[in-house]
Amino acid sequence: MTSTQPRTAGPTEPVKPGATARRLRSGHGDRGGSRVFRWVATGAGVLILLILAAVAVFLIQRAWPALTADSADLSDAVSWFPDDTSLLGFVGPLIFGTLLAAAVSLLIATPIAIGIALFTSHYAPRKLANALGYVVDLLAAIPSVVYGLWGGLVLSPIVQPVWEFLNQYLGWIPFFGGVVSPTGRVMMTVAVVLAVMILPIITAICREVFLQTPRLHEEAALALGATQWEVVRMAVLPFARSGIVSAAMLGLGRALGETMAVLMILSPGFLYSFRLLEAGQQQTIAANIAAQFPEANQTGVATLIATGLALFIITLAVNMAARAIVARRKDFSGAN
Amino acid sequence: MAQRIDVKDLNIYYGAFKAVEDVNMTIEPRSVTAFIGPSGCGKSTFLRTLNRMHEVIPGARVEGTVAVEGVDLYGAEIDPVAVRRQVGMVFQRPNPFPTMSIAENVLAGVRLNNRRISKGDANDLVEASLRGANLWNEVKDRLDRPGSGLSGGQQQRLCIARAIAVKPQVLLMDEPCSALDPISTLAIEDLIAELKSEYTIVIVTHNMQQAARVSERTAFFNIAGTGQPGKLIEIDDTATMFSSPKEQATEDYISGRFG
Amino acid sequence: MTTTPTTPTPAGSSLREALQATDHRRRRTDRIMRGLIIAAFVLAMIPLLSLSWTVVSRGIGRLDSYFLLNSMRGVFGGMDAGGIYHAIVGTLEITLFAALISVPIGIMAAIYLVEYGAGKPLAKLVTFLVDVMTGIPSIVAGLFAYALFALLLGPGAKFGAIGSVALSVLMIPVVIRSSEEMLRLVPNELREASLALGVPRWLTIVKVVLRTSVAGLTTGVMLAIARVIGETAPLLLTVGVVDSINFNLFEGRMMTLPVYVYRQYAQGLVPCTEGDASCIADINLQRAWAAALTLFLIVMVLNLIGRLVTRFFAPKIR
Repeated sequence: MTSTQPRTAGPTEPVKPGATARRLRSGHGDRGGSRVFRWVATGAGVLILLILAAVAVFLIQRAWPALTADSADLSDAVSWFPDDTSLLGFVGPLIFGTLLAAAVSLLIATPIAIGIALFTSHYAPRKLANALGYVVDLLAAIPSVVYGLWGGLVLSPIVQPVWEFLNQYLGWIPFFGGVVSPTGRVMMTVAVVLAVMILPIITAICREVFLQTPRLHEEAALALGATQWEVVRMAVLPFARSGIVSAAMLGLGRALGETMAVLMILSPGFLYSFRLLEAGQQQTIAANIAAQFPEANQTGVATLIATGLALFIITLAVNMAARAIVARRKDFSGAN
Repeated sequence: MAQRIDVKDLNIYYGAFKAVEDVNMTIEPRSVTAFIGPSGCGKSTFLRTLNRMHEVIPGARVEGTVAVEGVDLYGAEIDPVAVRRQVGMVFQRPNPFPTMSIAENVLAGVRLNNRRISKGDANDLVEASLRGANLWNEVKDRLDRPGSGLSGGQQQRLCIARAIAVKPQVLLMDEPCSALDPISTLAIEDLIAELKSEYTIVIVTHNMQQAARVSERTAFFNIAGTGQPGKLIEIDDTATMFSSPKEQATEDYISGRFG
Repeated sequence: MTTTPTTPTPAGSSLREALQATDHRRRRTDRIMRGLIIAAFVLAMIPLLSLSWTVVSRGIGRLDSYFLLNSMRGVFGGMDAGGIYHAIVGTLEITLFAALISVPIGIMAAIYLVEYGAGKPLAKLVTFLVDVMTGIPSIVAGLFAYALFALLLGPGAKFGAIGSVALSVLMIPVVIRSSEEMLRLVPNELREASLALGVPRWLTIVKVVLRTSVAGLTTGVMLAIARVIGETAPLLLTVGVVDSINFNLFEGRMMTLPVYVYRQYAQGLVPCTEGDASCIADINLQRAWAAALTLFLIVMVLNLIGRLVTRFFAPKIR
């Protein structure tokens, strides 16, 4: 590039006043260098656009044979494809299982995340709070396969008696009904592990929002004679409501796409079943892909990619909704 | 509904740093006492010790006594939450709760103690408090609209209504007009003049004319230099303070020679 | 002020009562909520501690130099043998290659967003898409890489570089996010000072902006690597599994640490014949734990280095 010219004109040295005069003389060439650099940077930005478009296009292209195939052909060509169903009928229970796992894990994780975030933002002393925030971040760093290993070998046997108990006393609730699996490898255990995995992201966002609560509003509540919890209820939570919602949505996005923990823990089934404690009831899209893909034939791969496309669309919608809420919130708080 | 406040040998700390040193003063009931002094002299810090708001800052603590009608607010048996109920506070910038309506804002403090207040009583209290804050006529048609939609001066009067709705003994005001325009300031000053028949009022102000206009007694705080604790220089009737103060520093400050 | 439903004004000694009178219901609520909030925190610590403890205690026994320096070639049944050398090689090569793809793209895109794009519609679109990309499930990234190479080389191709591409899809948005944040921390005064000296824009970016934020960028890259090094599902799809060592990223299947963990776990217990002392029934699980510990340590070390870099090498610009 022409930009190397000024270097050769004088002694080699980094950009400092002496270089200025030389730069001015060779100004034209530098503009060329600047332009190339700007193009490269802009190109990298555009590349993001292309990658995302490519993801969508390639998935559709690869899934196309399955999307257009006759359901009878599919069940002929793919050993695990059920007879007498369309592709939609095959994906349906998987979508159901995916949503169920994500929803239950979210139900477990959100209140705990709000608690932790409040603890680190309003209850714990500042120094302790920072250290604790770091510890929670560590949960996010652990690879999902390690979670799966732990969930399958350690957690499942521990929680199995708890599930027995729930089934015995709360079995009239559909979620806890049915026959409790003796191994604990059920949707409820999966949901617990997923909850632990999405806890850090929800906590981090909630904490950020809680810390942004205007001091003015907290003091207003305090001066009216509010206890600490009442301050949280009057000033912090109303202010943070939309932030909490979007944090939960982002957590949901994570839970929807999580593969290994489900694959390694759940004993799968393909039913529209709400029974969280019974084995062989549900399966998620991601885990199903990971389980079938290595052994699948051409048509099988196309079918799996079609389910992957469905997962992609669902997570895309959830994430976009979450970001939209965040963005609207920014506009709102900017006026404050 | 108003009480005398006796402050004895009060030292205020932020961690190891002594922010205010050795304050002794009596605040008379049913009157307005103004605190004046240069920035950083500790007058706001001192004000916040009068309802134990000071201690919500980590590391902040207080030595000495603040007695209301002989009851030490820092006594062992005293609940700081109850203190803040008896000693209300209005802040520098108006701070209505943005998610609550005007009426809910007024009732915010009352609802803490009395959740099942009847609708009729609640409406009466909202009207009485808003009338007390000279705001009723301006907002009576939009009580269910958010408080953040009001003008700055109206918001500040809403905050005063919210503070008096819980029937405190004392009302503390921390530069209540510093964020307001002159017309709104005048409205607040008129309100203070009316409220002093029922409350003991303490007001911190940077504006000496305001202190002269609204207060019966004036206390002057000063600071020797950065890192030094603030001190109460003198307290006297406002008329005396502004005409013939005993201390040279007070005269210098009031005549605008520094600060 | 006559219509008041609250109690009449306390006077004199009744003031003392008013100040001492704590509302027990409110205080109880306050305490209960405080307890619940602390309990939430303790509850979250349980899995972290349990997980760390089991990974370390069950993995440490088998984690020795033999385990680290041998592959699974020729290992079968309950043999007391086998290691993760091939998986470490695969993980390092695939992750480094992914970083090689992601870091330049990520940093350049961040430079575009911070230095050139401000306020432009394209930059807003890119920012939005980066957000979207952050949410792509890892398995979908794997499918994408598979589909891309199926188109280029025909279906069924499985080799390391495909895995790297899949990981890049996950890594690029993370790198962009953190780099963007770091570049924004560089004060505008520095840029203006440099531009005012007649230094061209691009040199200002390279010599001033990047140099100032190099520590932060390094941390971001480290954390991004730590995030993708544990990814399993996309590699399972694109790189496959193999028992022997393969150094070539562009030909043949490779083993990686996370996939190794999964594979050993999935194989489960070995059916040993009674009295066969050389057969260890849970050998696969032992290897899974030891490999998990290795992975866990790698991730923790990467995290630690990342944070230390910022702490010790960050310029004091704030």
